[in-house]
Amino acid sequence: MIPLLLAHLAVAIVCFGLGRTRAHWALPVAAVVPAITFGWLLTQAPDVLDGELPTTDIAWIPQLSLSITLRLDGFGLLMGLIVSGIGVLVLLYSMPYFGRRDDLSRLAALLVAFAGAMLGIVWADGLLTLFVFWELTSITSFLLIGFTDRVPAARAAATRAFLVTGAGGLCMLAGFIILTIAGDTTTISGLAAAPPSGTLTDVALVLVLLGAFTKSAQFPFHFWLPGAMAAPTPVSAYLHSATMVKAGVFVLARLFPALSHSAEWTVLVGGAGLLTLLLGAYTALFKHDLKGLLAYSTISHLGLITLLFGIGTPLAAVAAVFHIMNHATFKASLFMAAGIIDHEAGTRDMRKLAGLWKYMPYTAVLAMVAAAAMAGVPLLNGFLSKEMFFAKTVYLTDQGTLPWLPVAATVAGAFAVAYSLRFIHDVFFNGEPVDLPLKPHEPPRWMKLPVEILVVLCLAVGVFPAWTFGPLLASAAAATLQTGLPEYSLAIWHGWTPAMAMSLVALGGGAAIYVVREPLIAWHERTLGRIDARTAYQWLEQGLYRSAEVLNAVLHGARLQRMVAVVAVSAGAVAVVGFWGHGRLGGDSPLTPVDPVSLVAAVALVAAALGTVALHRRRFAALLLLSVVGLIVALTFVKFSAPDLALTQLSVEVVTIVLLLLALYFLPARTPVESGSARRTRDIVLATASGLGAGALTWAVVTRPQDTLSGYFLANSVPGGGGTNVVNVILVDFRGFDTLGEITVLAIAAIGIYVLLEGLRLTAPEQDADARRWSWDVHPVIMATFSRLLLPLALLVAIFVLLRGHNLPGGGFIAGLITAVALITQYLANGIAWTRSRMGTRLNPLIGIGLLIATLTGLGSWAFAHPFLTSTFTHVHWPLVGEFEVASAMLFDLGVFLVVVGVTLVILLRLGRLHDLNRAPADDTATEEED
Amino acid sequence: MEILVALVIAVLTACGVYLSLRARTFPVVLGLTLLSYAVNLFLFVTGRLVLGAPPIIEAGRSVYADPLPQALVLTAIVISFGMTAFVVILALRARAELGDDHVDGEKEMRR
Repeated sequence: MIPLLLAHLAVAIVCFGLGRTRAHWALPVAAVVPAITFGWLLTQAPDVLDGELPTTDIAWIPQLSLSITLRLDGFGLLMGLIVSGIGVLVLLYSMPYFGRRDDLSRLAALLVAFAGAMLGIVWADGLLTLFVFWELTSITSFLLIGFTDRVPAARAAATRAFLVTGAGGLCMLAGFIILTIAGDTTTISGLAAAPPSGTLTDVALVLVLLGAFTKSAQFPFHFWLPGAMAAPTPVSAYLHSATMVKAGVFVLARLFPALSHSAEWTVLVGGAGLLTLLLGAYTALFKHDLKGLLAYSTISHLGLITLLFGIGTPLAAVAAVFHIMNHATFKASLFMAAGIIDHEAGTRDMRKLAGLWKYMPYTAVLAMVAAAAMAGVPLLNGFLSKEMFFAKTVYLTDQGTLPWLPVAATVAGAFAVAYSLRFIHDVFFNGEPVDLPLKPHEPPRWMKLPVEILVVLCLAVGVFPAWTFGPLLASAAAATLQTGLPEYSLAIWHGWTPAMAMSLVALGGGAAIYVVREPLIAWHERTLGRIDARTAYQWLEQGLYRSAEVLNAVLHGARLQRMVAVVAVSAGAVAVVGFWGHGRLGGDSPLTPVDPVSLVAAVALVAAALGTVALHRRRFAALLLLSVVGLIVALTFVKFSAPDLALTQLSVEVVTIVLLLLALYFLPARTPVESGSARRTRDIVLATASGLGAGALTWAVVTRPQDTLSGYFLANSVPGGGGTNVVNVILVDFRGFDTLGEITVLAIAAIGIYVLLEGLRLTAPEQDADARRWSWDVHPVIMATFSRLLLPLALLVAIFVLLRGHNLPGGGFIAGLITAVALITQYLANGIAWTRSRMGTRLNPLIGIGLLIATLTGLGSWAFAHPFLTSTFTHVHWPLVGEFEVASAMLFDLGVFLVVVGVTLVILLRLGRLHDLNRAPADDTATEEED
Repeated sequence: MEILVALVIAVLTACGVYLSLRARTFPVVLGLTLLSYAVNLFLFVTGRLVLGAPPIIEAGRSVYADPLPQALVLTAIVISFGMTAFVVILALRARAELGDDHVDGEKEMRR
């Protein structure tokens, strides 16, 4: 089964690849796979009818016990035959229908892909397998409805259909997941074997039904299906009458043994089915468009099938399965007939069409037989399943429930007769045609053949039901019920039963309704015709969009300040919820005594932070105070036993301040007063609340005893990672993958900055905020000389820090930052031109090389059959130096080092170059000469 | 000491949030920097306050500061730098394109 599904996918790709020039090959190529599938199913049929169950089970995510489970039972066989058989016929029919259009490769690809997805649904035994294929049919249906994508109505209909079925599909997924939990199984057969029950199952039932009802266009979700008629007629014949819309009732059938025992099932499924049956049958009569009539008729018949499943007795389920097959044959042929009429007469409007009998009698006969089957005329297949349905309603009444159900069923039957009559009489008789766009004639041979095959099938099943269809129906029904089959008879004549009487009344009533159709249509269009479920949907859709806009404007408007405030308030709300009801804020851990130095440092930090805020309008002063904060934070790391952090913070601090200074050059030096006092008060309240929250959280955390998994790292750092500096070993070994991700993020940030600075032109200020002219003589000799002397020393320190990082404070991050600081000092002290002439300008490759080294080090462990980034180490004796440890993680650290150097320098130098570009040329040469 | 740390983090957060709510890009950058100090310090002290016991394995010592928050914060510091740099450059670009350093762009776009 898997190869067949893959073949559908492969052929879809091939068809798509045919493009515009070889588009005429697409349909014949596409027809091959459904034909093969049909043949294969026939070869499997004897075994399946004997009760065998060909099964395929492929592990998908074994950890979640998910697998792709396919199973071919009698019902799957029946549905598979419908999907592939009608698939072949539709593709054959499409060839003359479309003629030579250049977008057929897309159409053929989509149709084959759909056929594959549909087969996946009908063969699936795993719930999630079914869901995946289910969504695939929704997507292909969306693309096919919108196939003529230049027509706005087609696009709108496609979107509507997709939103409705897609939303239903998501509900169904939720339902499936709940069923998986409630029933402790991932397969449909598992659920059938041990039906779950309880509140969870009831919730799941509602969710699954939402999925099934949206897909099978059940009231109140039926409105997407008439819109879907925007698709080309062959697509409507295939997807929107014979197969895809059956997926919903198919799922009802599949879950029938597992879920049909509850009262909720009867009420929901039966209720929706009955309403849909009546509404569809009634509305179909008033549609002037042939396809509109057929669409509502489809809705009505789907309602009938749903109602049968809702009735819930085994016999009703047999009738439902029977009607699925019958409806597929007669409705597909009717759609094809409508397509022929449209193709040959140029319109589908029954107010224009008339008297086509003279022009296409052969087509007319075919359409009449199919329409008679739809109406439920004896000797045709539609009659048999409809009579089974009538019999069921009578049976229920005999049981003392729903005495009005036979009446409702007969009314629906009468309307079905009336609209079938209208389809035939309005089109083929009823006078002469009025200004048809084309002169009608019989269609080409190949367009009639598929209709002929389907009509012969309608007749054959109608006349010899037991002989033609008996075994397959028995097998399919048994697979649906999962228990013994009930007693039923497929004879055409059951004697003068109440059901027969109902059929006769429906036929007579239908004819009567048709006779008075004209005043009825006029009345309908004045009253009920104005109500449209689409209006409700559009109202809902627009309401959704509008409320989204309002919400967006409130939370995420064009005002950044408000957005930040919303974030702060939300964070506060979450924190309040988290704190609520947790008793005491503080814990019981013994407190660390305060020493005077720490106290002074803390006071200085608080003062500097508050000063940054107080002076934030004078940007330079604020920046200096900010650097004080950063330095004290570094000291805090020293105090609390984190030398690595202190080194990192210290070097980052230097780089950050240099960066901010460079940026400040191009930004106004002062911040104007803009916020009113109300806004400032609000911000102060928000800020104070945030601060209090953060402080309280910190207090709550640090005064409680710690439960950490660091014992593992401390214990394994030396034996496992070969380094005594646990922080560094975590970075390059235990959590090396994280670090790889982090340096990648850094690299991406650098690329982003590089691009942002590309082509950036800013006006350099002539003077500072206090009206002093900028001096370009910024490279004092003493600083320049010293910095040149310091460079080799600084680089030596960096290498030392890099090498010792595995065992003592240091490592790639810190060494990279030190190197960057050392190099940037050269730029600051000696000027850009001087430094660049000695160092080259292309620093970007450094980033790439660093990432490459880090990744290759990780991949290297694959060569020794170890997982990604496994590290190893060994000890070598180095003359003069002594015992020396070499770890593969050090190579990784080298990669980190290069990335950090590259990123820092690229950012700062690109920004520095802006200064160069924006300087007055005269000044520039003067400076260069001095250097 | 714990109360001192909580106080410092509280002040840094408050100052950071206040500055992030300002209308011009540069104070917002300062605010974000202060906020990242606060967050880094907070993450760091989730390893609790340990004096004189850096997580560097030595024979005969059994008390070590928690290395895990330290490793997390180390990369966080470097990433914060990357983020600050990006925001700063974004501010410059906005100024060049929109002619203004207001966080919402041009004056005409603001009401």
